[in-house]
Amino acid sequence: MLTDILQLLIYGVILGSVIALGAIGVSLIFGILRFAHFAHGDLMTAGAYFALFFMTATGASIWLAFPFAVLAAIAVALAFDRIVYRRLRRTRPVILLIASIGVAFILRNAVLAVWGPDITVYESGIKPPIRFAGLRIKEDQLAIIIGAVVLVVLLSLFLQRTRMGKAMRAMADDPDLARITGIDTDRVILWTWVIGAGLAAAGGVFLALDTRLQPTLGWDILLAIFAATILGGIGKPYGAIVGAMVVGISAELGAGLPGVFGADWSLTAYKPAITFALMIAMLLWRPQGLIGGRT
Amino acid sequence: MTLLMAEDLRGGYGGADILNGTTLRVGEGEIVVIVGPNGAGKSTAMKALVGLVTLRGGRITFGGEDVTGLRADQLAARRLCYVPQEKNVFPSLTVQENLEMGAFLRHDDFSARMDQIFELFPVLKERRKQAAGTMSGGQRQMVAIGRALMLEPRLLLLDEPTAGLSPKFTEMIFAKIVEINATGVAVLMVEQNARDALAIAHRGYVLVLGQNRFEDSGPALAANPEVAHMFLGG
Repeated sequence: MLTDILQLLIYGVILGSVIALGAIGVSLIFGILRFAHFAHGDLMTAGAYFALFFMTATGASIWLAFPFAVLAAIAVALAFDRIVYRRLRRTRPVILLIASIGVAFILRNAVLAVWGPDITVYESGIKPPIRFAGLRIKEDQLAIIIGAVVLVVLLSLFLQRTRMGKAMRAMADDPDLARITGIDTDRVILWTWVIGAGLAAAGGVFLALDTRLQPTLGWDILLAIFAATILGGIGKPYGAIVGAMVVGISAELGAGLPGVFGADWSLTAYKPAITFALMIAMLLWRPQGLIGGRT
Repeated sequence: MTLLMAEDLRGGYGGADILNGTTLRVGEGEIVVIVGPNGAGKSTAMKALVGLVTLRGGRITFGGEDVTGLRADQLAARRLCYVPQEKNVFPSLTVQENLEMGAFLRHDDFSARMDQIFELFPVLKERRKQAAGTMSGGQRQMVAIGRALMLEPRLLLLDEPTAGLSPKFTEMIFAKIVEINATGVAVLMVEQNARDALAIAHRGYVLVLGQNRFEDSGPALAANPEVAHMFLGG
């Protein structure tokens, strides 16, 4: 039974890693640009399909396609910032939010138009999982966890050590003071998109690797990403990582535990409901996030 | 030598004008204090200097250059640095990171400058790894002033630097302002603690309803019976 629970925890960490890569971006964008970026899930989808495009075009492996997908998603995000969001910067956040829902539709339908509605995979064929002490994990899943850890460490180094990273944190603290101080806020915004979209593409590729490619890939996980962002305290990227793990693990545990305890029914279909309940509970009782009291 | 000259400033935040012809001058190396009753437009005048108020009229020159309508960051690049009254530190950043952000416009090695600021405010050196948001009001004020000093300003604008501080910290901040001024930095500040502020000022302005009412040397203003009666509590 313990093995089964550990197995569920592993699945939870895998899901949490993917959610974290999305939630960091949502949190950063909220902190710097002050709006909930509803197109983030579809940006992940676009990233996943860019990798597929590169693989089919060149015959390269998914890992060679990965950096291409990241760069392409960054280009898309920067383009939308220039065409849509930048014009709305001086308006109210709700207008940016609605605009981002529009961008989400554009992205999703572009994916549909180019690649069609069919479900597909990067590489077909079944690979046997790695077995260790009764636990199973696929190579791809191990790569997802390691990839997410590496990206989070890189992000942390960027935010804590570099001039631009510190400027990002400063602007998230107080955009007016950042401007007065002489921080180049346009460049901070540019880097916010680079990092947010880059991590989103990574999350999208990982998610498609773990499941399958479909046009609603990212949209379906957006709720979990928002829940993780709220759990972590909106605008706090480190909190978002913790929130993502909580969401990922509780979704997998909630779905799998009844089976572990011998139930002949499962809550797998209710994973989004578990996430949603978690998000509402947080908004009601700890809207400032799990960690830290200061807003 | 005139460093800053702001003539006949008129404007506000979009509604009725708050400034109705305010004129301010700061000479090289001077400490100038703006006092006046609540709602006189003291802070607004300060904000107008750094482009945070929509001006309908008036002209501002700094170091002989017309800087009317320039943004705060553009003025910071010209070494005219502004410390707002509230929200003047980055709370989640450490003290040292706050100072580094103050030097964002610098592309040279500013470590010597940071050492000077640590010398001026030793407590900031002790607490350089502490998040600015977790510090006391007085210490936060030091972080804010230190941040502005990173650009080696020719003129430092301080909006009520002692607001909400205990008498002990107020006295200390005034002493530090004199110390900063002694290094050749001109200071223009708005102050509620009018009597103490005028005591260290070379010159002072009394603003009423967005207009200059009195202008004199600091001690003379403090001694002026009319000013004393109106604003200094007898």
